[in-house]
Amino acid sequence: MSDLRLAWRKGLNVVMLTLTGVAAFAVVAVLFLILGYLIWNGGKSLNWDFFTKLPKPVGETGGGMANAIVGSLKLLFLAAVIGLPVGLMAGVYLAEFGGKTFSFVTRYTTDLLNGVPSIVMGIFAYALVVLPVKHFSTVAGGVALAIMVVPVTVRSTEEFLRAVPASMREGSMALGASKWRTIARVVIPAASGGIITGMLLALARVAGETAPLLFTAFSNRYWSEGWSQPIASLPVMIYTYAIAPYEDWHRQAWAAGLVLLALVLLANLGCRLVLNRRGNYRSV
Amino acid sequence: MASAAQGKEMASRVVPKVRTGESGTASPVKEATLRFEISELDFFYGPKQAIFGLNLKIPKNRITALIGPSGCGKSTFLRTLNRMNETLRNTKVAGQILLDGQDILQMDVVKLRRRVGMVFQRPNPFPKSIYDNVAYGLRINGYKGRLDELVEHSLRRAALWDEVKDHLQKSAFALSGGQQQRLCIARALAVDPEVLLMDEPCSALDPVTTAKIEELMFQLKDSCTMAIVTHNMQQAARASDYTAFMLDGRLIEHSETPKLFTTPADARTEAYITGRFG
Repeated sequence: MSDLRLAWRKGLNVVMLTLTGVAAFAVVAVLFLILGYLIWNGGKSLNWDFFTKLPKPVGETGGGMANAIVGSLKLLFLAAVIGLPVGLMAGVYLAEFGGKTFSFVTRYTTDLLNGVPSIVMGIFAYALVVLPVKHFSTVAGGVALAIMVVPVTVRSTEEFLRAVPASMREGSMALGASKWRTIARVVIPAASGGIITGMLLALARVAGETAPLLFTAFSNRYWSEGWSQPIASLPVMIYTYAIAPYEDWHRQAWAAGLVLLALVLLANLGCRLVLNRRGNYRSV
Repeated sequence: MASAAQGKEMASRVVPKVRTGESGTASPVKEATLRFEISELDFFYGPKQAIFGLNLKIPKNRITALIGPSGCGKSTFLRTLNRMNETLRNTKVAGQILLDGQDILQMDVVKLRRRVGMVFQRPNPFPKSIYDNVAYGLRINGYKGRLDELVEHSLRRAALWDEVKDHLQKSAFALSGGQQQRLCIARALAVDPEVLLMDEPCSALDPVTTAKIEELMFQLKDSCTMAIVTHNMQQAARASDYTAFMLDGRLIEHSETPKLFTTPADARTEAYITGRFG
């Protein structure tokens, strides 16, 4: 009897270990499949023209997406400039100052906002920025992306600030520092690595968003001057080119996908390098 | 409040004494050398009372140890002395705490904390360099003088200078636990406090480092008044001049350290220091 039980337990152990292992492998496999496919197809079609030339008119082959690369960067810049400070401040409020009821409402709303489909965000930005001036613009696209950046930034900032031990705050307060000074000089620096990583993830997420840009930034086959013109972006270009009936456009869509991925990856790596060089003052 | 002479007489009796006040013995401390004078102190965490009518005098340039079992309110009491408890929500303090005759509850809290420094149970250096840790208190207080000199002076006072002088720009987290704790002491000393409150400063440290810190406390006595919470009775006996024994939020006994440990006046003190509870 007890031998049987033991055999059963051991068997179950092996089975479950195998199952979890297979699941983990499946996750990694899918990821590498996507990456490999993207690099294979995108790499084939990637050339110098892609980075330097404007799209060619319909029917002609060749050309590039220089305007869309710059456009994506401009849109991300706007999203960062508008969205990150708001997210950071709100996160600091929730972690350090918030009263009970208002914090609860804010936190709950932020989570809801995080779950709102991105196309709805697009409609919202459309109503807010596009309708009053009656034309698509870079600013409208930036606002749409910024709204999506905020909830992610708020929650990650809050989490990382909460992880800073209370004893560090007390150490600062005990020296006569005010609460704000403690937060600005001790708590935020202590959590800065995590906060910046959270911000990067938020930006990386919106970098690939297409839906909110469709009726805000729209698209543009030419260079977009200033901030009030419609502007091309990599995700929207991918969308347009992928559903077009031209082989050459499909090729370029793959290349755009690869470039988008590389941009996100490079930004991520760059930030990590800067963070590491700044010294390991973090406790974890 | 009974006079000092009376207090000595009472403390020297071996029998448990009967007094009306909750907070035990009359103070053994002479009036002229007082730094802190606490009377009828009550403290509440929300509806829960943690300190009951506590009376205590803390003498200048002496080390006062606070002992008692966990949860008896000694840390809470220590943290009322620089109003650290105000950083917690939903707390209430009643009674009077005089620092050199001034009521600290009426004082500006920033000024108070500059005069009354604190060292915590676990070393809590900031995520900055060794230098910036020590300079922090000076900078936030708007000190514009020769920072380098004061940082060195503070590190020397905390007996850490020789170990760190060659890598002041290194992260404070690179130091060992004992070094970190001495850095925290240096950081507190940098703003030149009159009082140093220490909340179990050695509980996370090994015996050798503990001995270093006790030696340090002894040297600081000339310039600083110290109050130390400790769970280590040997430490209280070794390092302090006066000892106060607390139980369930009440002060049971307060007298000169040798007296409290050799001839305690209260049966509960005796039971605690001989290890029968707590």
